[in-house]
This record gives sequence, C-alpha cells and structure tokens, in this order.
Amino acid sequence: MIPAAFDYVRAGSAEEAISLIGEYGEDAKFIAGGHSLLPLMKLRLAQPTVLVDIGRISDLSYIRDAGDHIAIGAMTRHMDVETSPVLAEHAPLLAHAASHVGDPQVRHRGTIGGSIAHSDSASDLPATTLAMGATYVAQGPGGTREIAAADFFQGFLQTALAPDELLTEIRVPKMGGAGWSFQKFNRRAQDWAIVGVAAWRRNGESGVGLVNMGSTPILATSVSAALSSGASIAEAAELAAAEADPQNDLNASPEYRVHLAKVLVRRALEQASA
Amino acid sequence: MTMTEPAASTVLGKRRLRKEDPALLTGEAKFTSDLNIPGALHLAVLRSPYAHARIRSVDVSAALQLPGVVAAYSGADLAPLWAGPMPCAWPVTADMKNPTHHPLAVSKAAYVGDGVACVLATSDAAARDALEAIEVDYEPLPAVVDLEDALSDRVVIHDELGTNRSYTWELKCEGADGQVERAFADAAYTVSEHYVHQRLIPMAMEPRAVAAVPQPFGGDITLYSSTQVPHILKVMTALTLGIPEHQMRVVAPAVGGGFGAKLNVYAEELLCTALARKHKVPVRWTEERTENTQATIHGRAQRQHIELAADADGKLTAVRVRLLADMGAYLQLVTPGIPLLGAFLYGGVYDLPVAYDFSCTSVFTTLTPTDAYRGAGRPEATYAIERAMDALADQIGIDPLELRRRNFIKKDQFPYTAMTGLVYDSGDHDAAATMAAELADYDGLRARQATQNVDGATKRLGIGVCSYFEMCGLAPSRVLASLNYSAGGWEAATVRVLPTNKIQVVTGTAPHGQGHETAWSMIVAEKMGVDPDDVDVLHSDTAIAPLGLDTYGSRSLPVGGVAIAMACDKVIDKAKKIAAHQLEANEDDLEFAGGTFSVKGTPDRSMPLAAVAFEAFTAHNLPDGLEPNLEAQVTYDPPNFSWPFGTHICVVEVDTETGDVDVLKYVAVDDCGNQVNPLIVEGQVHGGVIQGLAQALFEEAVFDEDGNPKTSTLAEYLVPAASDVPPITLGHTITPSPTNPLGVKGIGEAGTIGAAPAVINAIVDALSGLGVTDVPMPASPHTVWKTIHAAQSASSAQGVSK
Repeated sequence: MIPAAFDYVRAGSAEEAISLIGEYGEDAKFIAGGHSLLPLMKLRLAQPTVLVDIGRISDLSYIRDAGDHIAIGAMTRHMDVETSPVLAEHAPLLAHAASHVGDPQVRHRGTIGGSIAHSDSASDLPATTLAMGATYVAQGPGGTREIAAADFFQGFLQTALAPDELLTEIRVPKMGGAGWSFQKFNRRAQDWAIVGVAAWRRNGESGVGLVNMGSTPILATSVSAALSSGASIAEAAELAAAEADPQNDLNASPEYRVHLAKVLVRRALEQASA
Repeated sequence: MTMTEPAASTVLGKRRLRKEDPALLTGEAKFTSDLNIPGALHLAVLRSPYAHARIRSVDVSAALQLPGVVAAYSGADLAPLWAGPMPCAWPVTADMKNPTHHPLAVSKAAYVGDGVACVLATSDAAARDALEAIEVDYEPLPAVVDLEDALSDRVVIHDELGTNRSYTWELKCEGADGQVERAFADAAYTVSEHYVHQRLIPMAMEPRAVAAVPQPFGGDITLYSSTQVPHILKVMTALTLGIPEHQMRVVAPAVGGGFGAKLNVYAEELLCTALARKHKVPVRWTEERTENTQATIHGRAQRQHIELAADADGKLTAVRVRLLADMGAYLQLVTPGIPLLGAFLYGGVYDLPVAYDFSCTSVFTTLTPTDAYRGAGRPEATYAIERAMDALADQIGIDPLELRRRNFIKKDQFPYTAMTGLVYDSGDHDAAATMAAELADYDGLRARQATQNVDGATKRLGIGVCSYFEMCGLAPSRVLASLNYSAGGWEAATVRVLPTNKIQVVTGTAPHGQGHETAWSMIVAEKMGVDPDDVDVLHSDTAIAPLGLDTYGSRSLPVGGVAIAMACDKVIDKAKKIAAHQLEANEDDLEFAGGTFSVKGTPDRSMPLAAVAFEAFTAHNLPDGLEPNLEAQVTYDPPNFSWPFGTHICVVEVDTETGDVDVLKYVAVDDCGNQVNPLIVEGQVHGGVIQGLAQALFEEAVFDEDGNPKTSTLAEYLVPAASDVPPITLGHTITPSPTNPLGVKGIGEAGTIGAAPAVINAIVDALSGLGVTDVPMPASPHTVWKTIHAAQSASSAQGVSK
C-alpha cells in the first residue's frame, strides 16, 4: 500500500506535458485524477519512475457544443460530465453513465480522459463512448490526430496512443432524440460493473457497448446488425456476447457474464426503445 | 442556595448525542498511529507468501545494509525473547491440541501472512522496503484449506500434534436416557440441514496499531495498542514476555472499531514490546489493510449439521447438532471457545424438552487463525436453528411465523430453565414477533407474494423471519469456569465525587466505538442527580483503571454499567451518613432525590450532594469513624448472562434472470431490557444488522486451493457501504432483566445475530416456488443464479425420469 519511489513533475500545458514525457521516456506516466493509476502503484502493479502531472492544465477541462458533436476536454471531471446541461441535452447517455462511476469522491477527482486513456474494460466511460461512436483527439510532439473509438482500444490496458501522445479531447456525436439506456450490474454501488451495457437507438440505428466483457471495452456490433435487419430485441439480445470474451473472477464466471450480457442488453434495448 | 434540578428519570432512556463524537468527527481524537513518539523505530513484518511451507533458512544480512535499517531478525533470532508461547486462554477440553505459536514462525509457516522475519528501521517506508531484501528459503508444502480434508489428516500441519484435530467438545442434555434418539424415532416431522458459515474478515475501520514505549531506567514499559482488551493484554504480555506485571502498563487510545478482532493478543504487540525492551527505544507498528486481511483473526468458518424433531403440531421435541469448526493455523486467545458460545443457543427461542445433543469438532487449516467476530458462535447457532425452522415449516406446510409462535417460550414461563441448564432471565417473544409483523405488514406481504410469485415471474417476493436470543453479558465467572475459560467475567467500577461535585468514573470496560463515556455518564447522572456533562469517564489505561476485564460479548452495560450503578449506590450511602450528621437527622429519615438529601416530610431541611462532597473533602466535620472523600469501588460478577431477544423480518425481491437480491424492507424489533440511551441502541442495531446482512449477501474471505487469499483488499472483500444497504425500520419492546438492578441487557451483537438468517430465509422464501430449498452465503447474484439453475435442472431431470 506504499508505492515504489518515483519522481514527480507538474506540467503547465499540454505541450509541456508532452515535452516532459518525451524527456523522461518510457517509464514516465501521465497522471490526471490518479484514480486508476495510484491504486495500481500502491499495489506496485505499476512502478513508473516519473509522474507527469497534468491535473493543473485547466484549459483541458471543458464541455462545448461544437456543432455536430460535443467536445469534452480530457481533464473534465466525472462530476462535471454528470451534471453538464450541454450533455444532458445532447448526450444524456454519457452524463448518466458518468453518474455511475465509483462514488462521489472518485467522481470529483477522476477525469474522463484519464478513464479512457487507462482503458480499463471494467470502467464505464470507455464502453459508453465506444457505443456512442466517439472520436478521441490525441496530441503528440508532431501535432494532433483523431482516433475513432472503435480503433482506440487494442488490448488489456493497451490503446492506440503513442507513449508520447496525450489524450486531449473526447468528441461525442449529438444524440438528441435517441432512446438510450445504461445498465450497470454490480454488487456495491461503488464497484466496477460485473457487466455493464450502454445502448442507444434512433431511426433504425443503434449502438451497444459492453463493460467488463473482455480485455477491452466491447462494441456489440452483432446486436446492432441484427436490429438493422429487423430482428426483435429479444433475438438481437441473444447475440450480446458475440464479440465478447469475458473473464473469470470472484464475482462471475464467463458463462454467467455472457448470460448477464444478454439479459442486460435486452433490458437496455427495451428501455432505449420505450 | 441553588437546587440541582432533578435530572433523574429524565436522563436514562432518553436519546442523547454522544460526548465522544466531537473529537472523533473533528479528527481531534488520537488513535495509536496519531501518537507522537520521538525516536520510535518502525517495525515491519515479513509474512509468508505460502500457506504451508518449511522454513529452511532466513538471511537478513542484505536488509541490514539498507539505509535506515537498525535491526532485522528471523524467528529463530527472537526465540530467546519469549518466556512462553502466544496465549490461548480457553483450553476447552483436557486433551485439546494446541500447537506452539510464537510471534515469528521458526521452522514452519502455517498460513499466508504468518510472520517469519522482521525489520526495525527509522521510518515505516525504510522498514517495509527492507523486507524485500530478506532472503527466506522455503520448502512449500501442500495447503489444507478444506475442513473435511483437514479432518482426514492427509496433510498434518503441526508435526508435533500428529493430527489436525484440535478437539471434540460434546454437550448432551437429556431428561431421560436416550430421549434424543427416541424423539427422532417418534417424530411426526424431522429435518436434517447442512449449512456453511463462510469465513469473514472483521475489518474494523482502524486496522491494528501498536507502540511500545520503554522507560529509560527501571524497566517499566507502556504498550499502546488499538485493542479491545487492555487489561487482558497487560496480563498476557507480562506472562508471555516475562515482564513483572507491575512494570507493564497498557493504554488503548481512541480505537476505531474491533468487532471481536481486537479481543486478542497479537504477534505485533509482543514483537513491539520485546524489541522496545531489547533496543531500549520505542518501537511502533501500524497494520496495512492487506496485512489486516491476513494477519488479524477471521471469524465464523463453520460447517453445521442440524437436525430437528417435531410432533404432529410442529412442536419441537429434540435438537441434534454436529459442527465442524475451522480454527485456522493456530489457536489465538479464545479461538477454541467460539463454537461453544453458540452451543447453548441451537434451541433458539423455543420451548423444548430436555433433548439436546451437541458436538463440535475443530480442526486446523493452513489459513489465518479464527477467533471472536461480532456475535462469536451465537450468529452461527441462530442461523442454524432459524434456517432449520423454515425448513420444518416448509415440510409441515405452515407459515414460518406461525411455526415459531407455536414453539415460543411464553412470557409467563420466564425465568425459563433451558434444556442446557442455563436460565433465560426474561422475554416476550410473541410481543416482539407481533410488533415486527405489524411493522413489516406481514399479512399484506404474504397476500402480495401470492399474486406476485406466479409461474414465470422473474421478480419474486420473499419474506424472511428470524427470532433470536442473544446470550450476552459475558459472564458469570462460575459459568466460565465450567467451560474451562481461564479468566472470570466480572467488571470493576469506581465512582468518585470531586470536591466541586464533578464526578469521575473509572471503568474496566474498554470502549472502541460503543459510547461508554456517554452511557456511563447518563447512569451516574440518573443516580447522583448531576448533569451528564459533569461526569468524566476514565478508561482504557491500566495505570488509571487497573481493574477490568474489557469490552466484548455485549458485556459492558449489563456487567460494567451495572457495576457503576452499584458504585453510585455505595457513594450515596456514604454521603447520606455525612448529610445526616450535618443536618442532625437520623440517616433513615433522609431521602435522596435530584441530587439533594432532605429530611422526609421536612423538605426545607436539606443538603445538596455538592455540599456533602465538599464536607467529605475538607473532613472538618465528619461522623466519627468515617473516612474522608466520597468514593466507592465495586467489582460486580453477574449472577447470570443477560438474554436480549427479538424478531427481525427481511423482505426481498429476487431477480431470477440475474440472481440479484434487492432488500426492500428490513424490520428489526429488539428487546434489550431498559435502554440507557436509545440513540446508541439504534446505532448498535443498525451496525449489527448491516454486518449480518453483509455476511448474508456480500462478504467472504476467499482462498484458492493453495491457500492464497483472494480477497486481500477492499476492492475484493465486499464490505457494504451506506448506498448498498436498505433502510432499517426499528422497533423495541422493553422487558427488563430481573437479574441486575438497572434491568438492562446487552445490544452490541443482536443485529448481527438476527440479520443473516432473516435475509437468507427471505431469499429462499422468494425462490421456494422454483424448487430452491437453500442458498449458500454470501448470496451473491452469481450464487443465487447458479442455485436457481441447479434447482431447475434437478426438477426438470426429475420430470424426465418420471
């Protein structure tokens, strides 16, 4: 419960953060709210030698209407996502999912960018933004680039970000008029989901993201494809785990997770269609 | 003159905020780790990563080279420091097997977390980092994690014992020879049920912490510890380390919860004390949470087989119980006695003939030692009888509450001599059950259940009942003697009126969250006619309160609180002599009310206690032969346990698609006799119910087949938070105890005892239409889902075979 020794530097801007991470190399890590990284460090599962703190870069904290999408700064705290009037109007699924992250203390410190860059498949926001067809903006020494959420999550805690790239913005499409649902199944309110489902439907389109159903957040494309070709909700939900590869842990066997995913996807789609 | 307004009769039984809370809530309270102890060295303990391994060698030389490291020791290095093994105070049978247990293992590690070496360094971080430099050559041996496997002696853990069986303890009570056998042979109904009490981790909010501070000259030493038992710890530390007892002082500063887990003598307490003496500097240690899950005792861990016999009316005629209990790797302070504390409660709250057959066999495993955890044997017993009563009701085909009513000991049968020979002091189970049923709307729920739980329903309503007795107020010393317990069960109190009429109370209880300072002040205020804020309660320091037997087993109020009330009476008796002398009246003509002595019938001839106190202090004009000062000491040994009781009703809705259990309503009606402070009673019931509900739904110490703990952090060991528990509806009946002058009973463990069976009964009730007859604890969604599937597969297989 005491992390290994490390050095700490604080960045004043995204550019400085990227420059510092380049300077310190592979054993350096960005730290934002610290709610994913610090527990790993306390258990000594992560032992970075340098932490580059981006927590004071205030111009990375914003939620803006950008025309066809909403732009969210990577340093925006979960609590600000949860309570944003802009998101309530245009992307209520994301605001609602943010309200299920951890507990109030976690939501006041943890950031949406930190959660997505950490890419824990058991976290709520990676799968939710994946279901929404979000785009992530990464900034590196050579400038910025956009990465589609579907291309971002590459393996267990592995993303498309280069070591010297900083996730700076999350862009979610406006979803006004869509039906939506977020189903989080867990034993204690503060825990990660045993299985979670983020789903939306609008005009024959749909998106379904699965939490904790594999080594990465999962986009349940088979469900959406089935719905597009006229399947009933119950039929489509049976395909919930087609893209998943769930693990075994103290809370659930893979078989139980597959079962839960089917039940929760069905319930989510029913709610999103109501 | 000013008259003290009579506070009497307005203090006891009234809700009052706790005087402890401002310091706790503002962070002003000092816990052991908060103590500023200049020059202290920090202890860190290297713990075995193997559940069972021979220690071939320990090399601490590399650790000694690290910055800040002052010393490092193996178990063998420290062996000369121990005057005796770590204490087990409860040799339950003459032939009980008890392996030698020292603070650091020497030849063998017997569980993951067993200490094998230690470091002293100038900082906690330096000490913990140095542990990684200690080289231990282990020879891993097969783990023993299953109780039946342990019993088989396939692998014997303690070579010198030759077996994993610690003891078999039997209690057979029969009105006539062979009565139990005959009752089962003649029974109209019998049930035979198997239940498992999973291992639990007590998980106090404050982990353990220790600081041992030696005096530079003379050999005196003060041990600060986050303990429930400063007095017991003093005696045991003196014995184990060979320290003259009068040179040993133990202080328990603010203690952040114990739940029985701090009713013990731990390796780190002995290590800090021994090393502080050896190095002649203070030595301190604070437990990490992961250490806490491994190196602090666990609770429960029993397998039960209970059989009930009943006549055609459902009246119980005999009870037979077989237990297999997991001691863990070693016997800690009262480990072997825990199952026995339950042995007297397997008959529940029911009127039974003398036909009881109980046996408990206890075995060693390569897991963390078990010991007392909130309720300690009594939740286990209550769970077995109350689950079995539901099984019996199901077999007979009557409502479980009705079956209980048919069997309750009736109000007019108290005091009731139970089949075990113990006497239940007072009770009114019908009244408690009736109040609980009304608060829960029991009849309405049954009606709703009939319409809701139709074929194919995926949200099924369940109602669970538990009626319980809590054998508490440990304990009459003679009863403890009959159980081979090594100490008594008395409690001591001193009440001292200071010259300015402020009152000091010295108590032998050791509060760690119970609010004794408030409750004891209220008792004194009621007795002496003073404001509770004018009473100071001194405790938990053996230099200030040298006599005491500490806090556990819901004993503090019915033993320690009663001692205080009796000490007040002695003080009042003495004060009356002084007042009579001053008022030139006959002592028998004086009455004492509202803090004032007055002559009966002549109220203007009076003398307030304040004036008496000052007279007692100046001693200018006391009756001949009377000693100055107003002070009295009482040591009270209760004539009986106290027997709180009640009925809890839990209402759940089970989602059969996911296995999720939603607790819709929880009603707890508890009768703890006269209440001192209902606010504290409510808090105790809330906390107790939540801990019982946590066993039913959330918590389990999980190990893999190699004995590796899988629940070593609070992310895996699921302690429920406020957001995870239902609203609790409380009700109280008040049936005073006739055995003590306050008419009080304990309440600390009642909620824990009532909750787990009520919750599981509710879940089984919800699923009974699906063929489910039992759900193991904790009833996690996965477990409930699997149970439903297993029952449905069984019933469909039956359908096919037909």
